Amino acid sequence: MLKKLGDNDILKNAVVKMADAGFPTPFAGGLEYSSPARGTWNIVHTGMLVPEAHEIFVCAASCLRGVVLTAAEMNAMDRFSTVEVRENNLLEGNLEELLIDGVSDIIEKLPKRPPAVLVYTSCVHHFTGCDWNVMFSALRERFPDIDFTDCYMNPTLRKSGLTPDQIMRRQLYSLLKPCTINAKAVAIIGNDLPTDTDSELYTMLTDLGLIIHEITSCKTYAEYQKMAESSLYISYYPSAKAGGDYLAKKLGGKHIYLPYSWDYDEIQASLETLGKECEEFTGETGKERIKGILAGFEQRKAECEKAFKETLEVVGDTAIAIDYTFCPRPTSVAKMLLTHGFNVQRIYLDSFTGEEKDDYEFLKGNYPELELYATVDVRSRFMATQSKKNEEKWLAVGQKAAYFLGTDYFVNVIEGGGMFGYEAVIDGLKLMREAYTEKKDMRSLVQIKGMGCGSCSLG
Amino acid sequence: MKQTSGFISTYSADAFGVCSALYELGGLVVMHDASGCNSTYTTHDEPRWYDMDSMVYISGLTEIEAIMGDDGRLIDDITNAATELHPKFIAIVGTTIPAMTGFDADATARVVENRTGIPTFGFKTTGMRSYIHGASEAFCTLAELVKTANNTKQAKNTNEQTEKSDENGKPDVVGETINILGLTPLDFSVNGSDKAIKAYYEDRGVKVISSWAMGSTLEEIQGALRATENIVVSETGIKAAAYMKEHFGIPFKVGIPVGGMDIDITSLFDDTTGERHFESVRDYEDCDAVIVGEAVSSYSLTEYLKRAAGLNVGVIASTDLDEDEIARGLSSTKTDCVIIADPLFKPLVKGERKLMRLPHEAFSGRIFRKEIPDLISDLDFLKDIITVIRK
Repeated sequence: MLKKLGDNDILKNAVVKMADAGFPTPFAGGLEYSSPARGTWNIVHTGMLVPEAHEIFVCAASCLRGVVLTAAEMNAMDRFSTVEVRENNLLEGNLEELLIDGVSDIIEKLPKRPPAVLVYTSCVHHFTGCDWNVMFSALRERFPDIDFTDCYMNPTLRKSGLTPDQIMRRQLYSLLKPCTINAKAVAIIGNDLPTDTDSELYTMLTDLGLIIHEITSCKTYAEYQKMAESSLYISYYPSAKAGGDYLAKKLGGKHIYLPYSWDYDEIQASLETLGKECEEFTGETGKERIKGILAGFEQRKAECEKAFKETLEVVGDTAIAIDYTFCPRPTSVAKMLLTHGFNVQRIYLDSFTGEEKDDYEFLKGNYPELELYATVDVRSRFMATQSKKNEEKWLAVGQKAAYFLGTDYFVNVIEGGGMFGYEAVIDGLKLMREAYTEKKDMRSLVQIKGMGCGSCSLG
Repeated sequence: MKQTSGFISTYSADAFGVCSALYELGGLVVMHDASGCNSTYTTHDEPRWYDMDSMVYISGLTEIEAIMGDDGRLIDDITNAATELHPKFIAIVGTTIPAMTGFDADATARVVENRTGIPTFGFKTTGMRSYIHGASEAFCTLAELVKTANNTKQAKNTNEQTEKSDENGKPDVVGETINILGLTPLDFSVNGSDKAIKAYYEDRGVKVISSWAMGSTLEEIQGALRATENIVVSETGIKAAAYMKEHFGIPFKVGIPVGGMDIDITSLFDDTTGERHFESVRDYEDCDAVIVGEAVSSYSLTEYLKRAAGLNVGVIASTDLDEDEIARGLSSTKTDCVIIADPLFKPLVKGERKLMRLPHEAFSGRIFRKEIPDLISDLDFLKDIITVIRK
């Protein structure tokens, strides 16, 4: 009975050594657990990035509960409303009517007319075969002064094509209207958090005198619309790729994807890709300048090496664990730390992304004892309880690793934290040094939803 | 318009009510859902999630399984998990998409029970009703479990002649004993209210046999027939109390001992069915203040304010009301009326009316948890209410 929950054996199937790990899913599926570490953003947080827009969710009560309280916790209830789907709507087949009338009713009641409304439908609309054209045409006809877009909260479809996260990062830009393209304007797209202005990505664009648009810095809907003038769309978060392709097709610019990585060769390759694209803006005269900028970036490898050395001196052989919420490529981080002598013992993840295939092969071949821990496995429920009995000091890189290990020494960053390029390595290592020496209130911090979106303090 | 909410939150849903009611009892509770229900429940509606291990999971329903009506993986996954985790029981909790596709929770439960040998229950929750309905269903299931457990025990005792019992199979008891029905953090948070209610009775020489379901084990709940009375402290416990009255002859009383006062609001409910004898919302022109919230706690507080300070306080029993209905009720109050409600109702408190904050976990989740008062012992909070209303 419950007495067994304390046994170490219970965790055994939630852990696999790298040598035995399959790709892309190292664990058998099953019932799923949800840990209290909540820093990553959801579709409510992301949608709120469209300035002045209003979100309206049309779902059942159980689905509304999570999103409405997300909005409440980020003090954004004045930009959020709901239409509740009930059993009678399923029986009567009037979901389209409910959406049109419900959204209209809410808009009429709002104290100020928003320039844009994000209407989120749910799994029930999909399964009942609702006609999105009918619903949105009616809304656009009723409210010609408002831009509407369709967003989706349909987790049942999470394994059917694009994930809800990918779709959200695409629909986030669907309100952009075609305009005259400015050859000097670029847009960094698909991030929840602003790109670090010290990153090589940012510095190259600014050094070349380009106008940089990013949704995270837009304060008004007009500023948001200005993004449409961009001739180049840059994404570096994997879930944003679909959005970038969509934008290029819709608005006529070009999209490049620069994968997040800690590997020097990959970083340099990404920056060279960026440099090549930037030649389009600068012409022949800019070529030499870009060459110089890229050569300067090469020097940053030495800064990275220095940072690895300094960090190793601080953390020594302390056990380190990394999780997938820290950045989109935890295996790349693990690889670089391990090859620089760090004692990385665990990675917390449930699957590998396609981009991680090379990292996977490298780790499997060179660090077969490295352990992978599942985060949603039924047995993961008892990891934190087990950790309470553990006296060993762990340095966690990411919130989930910190929670499962019960450590207050952790890097509190999600989704890469806006860091990119060599700067991501240098800053990431600095954060590791700080995390090793300064305790944090892990319990409080990891439970806050949507880190960096301005959540209110919780009770 | 009905079903729309322009400005306020929504109450916790039925599936989460089931989970909350069963949380501490050692069961494997599986919400048959794609993804979001577990994170919603454990983030916003389950304050015990961080500190108390409980086996609440989701099934991870996919599109193809929903379309094909494939329950095979669900059954396999539950069986596998149960084999490893050894729960005392298994609960399969329906949500919206299973409700839409006609998922048969009871039949699935029977298959799982046959495979695992572990008592398994199916809950026909839809994710489209409030937590009251789900928790209520869970407590009724526990009441049925009590019946089954005691039938088995009675048969055994009859054979062995080891224990006396009355004609209902109810074991003989000595002294005043009670069960407390309807305790979940959704209505009482984790601020000590549950312990204060128990202490109130124990201080008066009444033995608490079980509390459904905070602070009691499944075994203690199965011994509930030793009680001479059931005390219902939220609307989630009324149907189970009515069931126990019908099947075991145990009478029930409704009310929370607000401020340590003996409160009895049983007459507000039908004593055989548990149905309400009051309207959820009405006109409130004559009221000094209006409470918006769960019916039992709101009416108990009203009764306290009436007896302690002679105040006439109305109630909007809001757990199944739409925003417009609540707004209409509030607009019927005096222009300077005090509205005692969760802070997330603030957008509906218009004009000179004053909001007295009374957070409710089932409405605002964890946001104001530190502010949620223990209405039984927090006399300062109760004094504040009286002071504010009298001003």
